[in-house]
Amino acid sequence: MSQVIATGKAFEFTPENVKKAKVFIAKYPKGRQQSAVMPLLDLAQRQNENWLSREALEYVGNFLDVPYMRVLEVATFYTMYNLKPVGKYFLQLCRTTPCWLRGSDDLEAVCKNKLGISNGETTEDGMFSLLEVECLGACVNAPVVQINDDFYEDLNAKNFEVVLDKLAKGEVPPKGPQIDRINSAPEGGPKTLLEKTGDA
Amino acid sequence: MLKDQDRIFTNLYGIHDWKLAGAKKRGVWDNTKALIEQGQDAIIDGMKESGLRGRGGAGFPTGLKWSFMPKQSDGRPSYLVVNADESEPGTCKDREIMRFDPHRLLEGCLVAGFAMRAIAAYIYIRGEFVQEAINLEIAIQEAYADGLIGKNAANSGYDFDIYLHRGAGAYICGEETALIESLEGNKGQPRLKPPFPANVGVWGCPSTVNNVESIAVAPEILRRGKGWFSGLGRPNNTGTKLFCVSGHVNKPCNVEEEMGIPLKELIEKHAGGVRGGWDNLLAIIPGGSSVPLLPKSICDDVLMDFDSLRDVQSGLGTAAVIVMDKSTDVIRAIERLSHFYKHESCGQCTPCREGTGWMWRVMQRLVSGEAEIAEIDMLINVSKRIEGHTICALGDAAAWPIQGLVRHFRPVIEERIKSRKAVKAA
Repeated sequence: MSQVIATGKAFEFTPENVKKAKVFIAKYPKGRQQSAVMPLLDLAQRQNENWLSREALEYVGNFLDVPYMRVLEVATFYTMYNLKPVGKYFLQLCRTTPCWLRGSDDLEAVCKNKLGISNGETTEDGMFSLLEVECLGACVNAPVVQINDDFYEDLNAKNFEVVLDKLAKGEVPPKGPQIDRINSAPEGGPKTLLEKTGDA
Repeated sequence: MLKDQDRIFTNLYGIHDWKLAGAKKRGVWDNTKALIEQGQDAIIDGMKESGLRGRGGAGFPTGLKWSFMPKQSDGRPSYLVVNADESEPGTCKDREIMRFDPHRLLEGCLVAGFAMRAIAAYIYIRGEFVQEAINLEIAIQEAYADGLIGKNAANSGYDFDIYLHRGAGAYICGEETALIESLEGNKGQPRLKPPFPANVGVWGCPSTVNNVESIAVAPEILRRGKGWFSGLGRPNNTGTKLFCVSGHVNKPCNVEEEMGIPLKELIEKHAGGVRGGWDNLLAIIPGGSSVPLLPKSICDDVLMDFDSLRDVQSGLGTAAVIVMDKSTDVIRAIERLSHFYKHESCGQCTPCREGTGWMWRVMQRLVSGEAEIAEIDMLINVSKRIEGHTICALGDAAAWPIQGLVRHFRPVIEERIKSRKAVKAA
């Protein structure tokens, strides 16, 4: 079970995030503000270097007038809430069958050999964290690694190392397929949707 | 092969402009007012006539589902909830709709929402789809600004709102009642049915939960009129469908094809064939991880639709085709899925919470060969004690891949156990 970490430092939304939080709450019917727990936890996590401290959970509970325990239940149930600090680049490596069939084990080996981290670990310099996750939903572009908000697709040991090298240098490698390919169309170009349609 | 003119998702590959201007050029939001003016009953009849069966996996007739919603409000509002929590391993079709054709989904929300007398739609998108959520949110703002949704939506006289809600990583939220719980700000643990969502859904109000693809195809079905959608595919298995072909093929891809396309044709025409040729095929999971795999002998001539795949003890599911060639350790491939279900079990029902872990541990023993032969039958026995004994279908979904493995590859499992024993004895 996840242990919640108290930092001793108060947490509160920036004025900009207070505005955003109010927009989220307004999406739901009156009196149903508990529905906004998930978007507010996400907002808090984004403001707090990609993880949620005990203070952040309490703040969200108070903000919504929802008991701390209800917030804690949500924060521990869903995998995307990080209850401990993670690296600047949070690598979520898909390990489910479609990615595994196309070499996710090789990507795991790259993390081990190049970064020296295994599942659940962070590099000493705090740059990279690795989490093995279940299906990310981009299976025809397998194997896939989600790095912070972005999907890096059609990876192999070689092009994954290139992505990691760029990140280490502070560059932002282009997301999406890492081979010559248009999104989820077959390699070599689409075989359907070739006729003129609308704006084509 | 399906003609391009019969394809609904004309921006499947994101080559064209996905925003409102581009969508309108592709025919989205084309006289939506006229569709709505047909009235609720005509829309639902049109959907029933089309034969559309839900594209989220279960294949329940969409028009019929809409008709379950109350025709007269008892004071409670009704809601449409769109299931965009696409997480079934192998499946990556709704993602393309949301990032490259979001207006098709929004137009579908308005038409479907009107047909079921809903005041608003909530689209529940999986949290990992950050870019997809950004595109969808932009599309929603565009639609409001253009008067297509909101007050007097698309000049129809009907008021309708659309809201986006992001999940946070939980496969179980693809189950409709778990999704509703999550939308209410709770843990995603499924509810007992009855009451069904059409009576008591989100916030205690009548709700219908539909898959993204089911909603997104609705306006085009109605616009093209009677006979078009139902004229494609086979009876009871009509229309077009997005297929996701992943795994050991030369060119993995998404493609929209006619229902009932032969599996072999789908793979050879669109996905560049099986790696090493068709004869190098070992097995295929035809409909996402929850359906049993099929050995090559069945793959040779099976058709890709609900009834054909049910007849061979598998299922169309989400039409996510996971291909495995002869280099695959098929036991490990299924063991990975067992781990998936163990990880995703919500923990509410004992048979699933305990059973998925138990099955995964035995599967690990079968992978290494360190099991006894008798454990194969024990594993099947345990899977039967999970299947059908839980609130939702996750328990069944965890059991079926294992049952499929033993049904078709028992000799492989036995052989591994025997060779392990032989090595140990030597």
